[in-house]
Amino acid sequence: MSTKVVDRSPLTFYERTYLPAILGGLKVTAKHFADTVFKGKSVTMQYPEERWVVPEGYRGAPYLVKDQDGATKCVSCQLCEFVCPPKAIRITPPGAEGQPADRRNAEKMPKEFEINMLRCIFCGMCQEVCPEEAIFLQKDYSLTGESRTEMVFNKEKLLKLGGTHAGIQKWKHKLEEAEAQETFPVQTR
Amino acid sequence: MESLQYLSPTTQFVLFSALKILVVFGVVMTGVAYAVLVERKVSAWIQDRVGPNRTSPFFVDYIPVIGPFLVRLGIFQPMADGLKFMLKEDFTPNYVRKVYFWLAPAITVVPALMTVAVIPFGSTLGSEKMVIADLNVGILYTFGIVSLGVYGIVLAGYASNSKYPFLGGIRSSAQMISYEIAMGLSVVPIFLLSESLNLGDIVKYQADHGWMILKQPVAFVIFLIAAFAETNRLPFDLPESETELVGGYHTEYSSMKFALFFLGEYANMIASSAMMVTLFCGGWTLPGTLLSTPSASFLVGLLHIGVFLAKMAVFMVVFIWVRWMLPRFRYDQLMDIGWRRFIPVALANILLTAVVVAL
Repeated sequence: MSTKVVDRSPLTFYERTYLPAILGGLKVTAKHFADTVFKGKSVTMQYPEERWVVPEGYRGAPYLVKDQDGATKCVSCQLCEFVCPPKAIRITPPGAEGQPADRRNAEKMPKEFEINMLRCIFCGMCQEVCPEEAIFLQKDYSLTGESRTEMVFNKEKLLKLGGTHAGIQKWKHKLEEAEAQETFPVQTR
Repeated sequence: MESLQYLSPTTQFVLFSALKILVVFGVVMTGVAYAVLVERKVSAWIQDRVGPNRTSPFFVDYIPVIGPFLVRLGIFQPMADGLKFMLKEDFTPNYVRKVYFWLAPAITVVPALMTVAVIPFGSTLGSEKMVIADLNVGILYTFGIVSLGVYGIVLAGYASNSKYPFLGGIRSSAQMISYEIAMGLSVVPIFLLSESLNLGDIVKYQADHGWMILKQPVAFVIFLIAAFAETNRLPFDLPESETELVGGYHTEYSSMKFALFFLGEYANMIASSAMMVTLFCGGWTLPGTLLSTPSASFLVGLLHIGVFLAKMAVFMVVFIWVRWMLPRFRYDQLMDIGWRRFIPVALANILLTAVVVAL
């Protein structure tokens, strides 16, 4: 082990008068003062007007997404509801007589899908568990409202905020293949 | 003005004194409010921040061009601060010693404001001397009053019945015995030179013979440092020391009572600045110009007050600047510097001055 001997020689008389420390302090503070006032080099951000760039992969609020055709991706499997640690998600399934899904190869879609943003901890479990890639943590980090009920986002709102997510088109080719089955012999692409 | 001639001298004296007190009180209060703003702005600038730049009352829209600029400077912030203090809940904890708890803020503020009474803040306006109380023992009065402020802090520490304020109070008393003597001794050479304890006479002496800061630089340095200790400003803010004692003596205080401590601190700063301007920097005079002698002209009288306020503002900025520059002293270091450095140096300075004056 190497030992480092720290130099602890006694302070000189000049140093003991506090003068070098005071002069150093004057210099540093004066420089920062001048930089901020005359060169505008402040490190703060005027928050509501200026905002930081949200990085890729940021875990913000979870929203529902639509597929490339603008149809609801969620199939109301309720896995996210079960996995959600703070129990922020509540899904009302359509039931046997409910409205059919608005995309052709899904059996159903949720009648209502609510996320209580006051409970949500932005953990991303819902996104991870979703078999349909229908829910994503997006870039919103500052959600505000005037009441608790306002902070419970319903399906319509979630879909609107979520936008379209056409990156992964899980069922697109399956649908094409299924349609090709109708005519025999099977024509693959 | 004509009708004033018919009043008896006593009535005139009471009338003018009341007027001066009102005006000076108003100026000091405004000064305190804006000193807080300057403190916040300067600290922000030194720390690469922006500082208060949002408060914009409704009438800003009617000020063309400079309106937004004033908002960015935070000119309206003190109004909001004051309003906030009045609207906050004045909470008295259950475990405090109530009488002293209520008394302490007042004991802190009153001496700070009383010090201003003997300061000659201008020459004359008309035939009226611009000092509230033209005492012949002005400086003794100041030293007598100013140390009373410490009792407010000690009392607050005791009354709060809680450990941090208690430590703050103890530190405050330890601090006072370290600087008070050095402060008192440091100004003695000035009176040896000016041969008067009246602050007006000291200003007059400086107008004739040059500023004291040039003749007594040692005394000035000691007085300046003692003034930092006196006003509980960094590097000597031992009773408050937010970083170690939460808030020190005012930890348990809220709302207007807390505001009074705050006000006391800044009023003390103003009083100390005014004191230094008067004792060392020539008071309301400005050498080399017409402004160095009292004048019958109303305008020149006002200019004298302006000169005084400008000099005071410089000291205020120094107070604020130093706060963001130096770390806090330990209180044994403060005692060491007070007793083993400043008192001998001040005594030597007195001796030297006395010898020079005698020769």
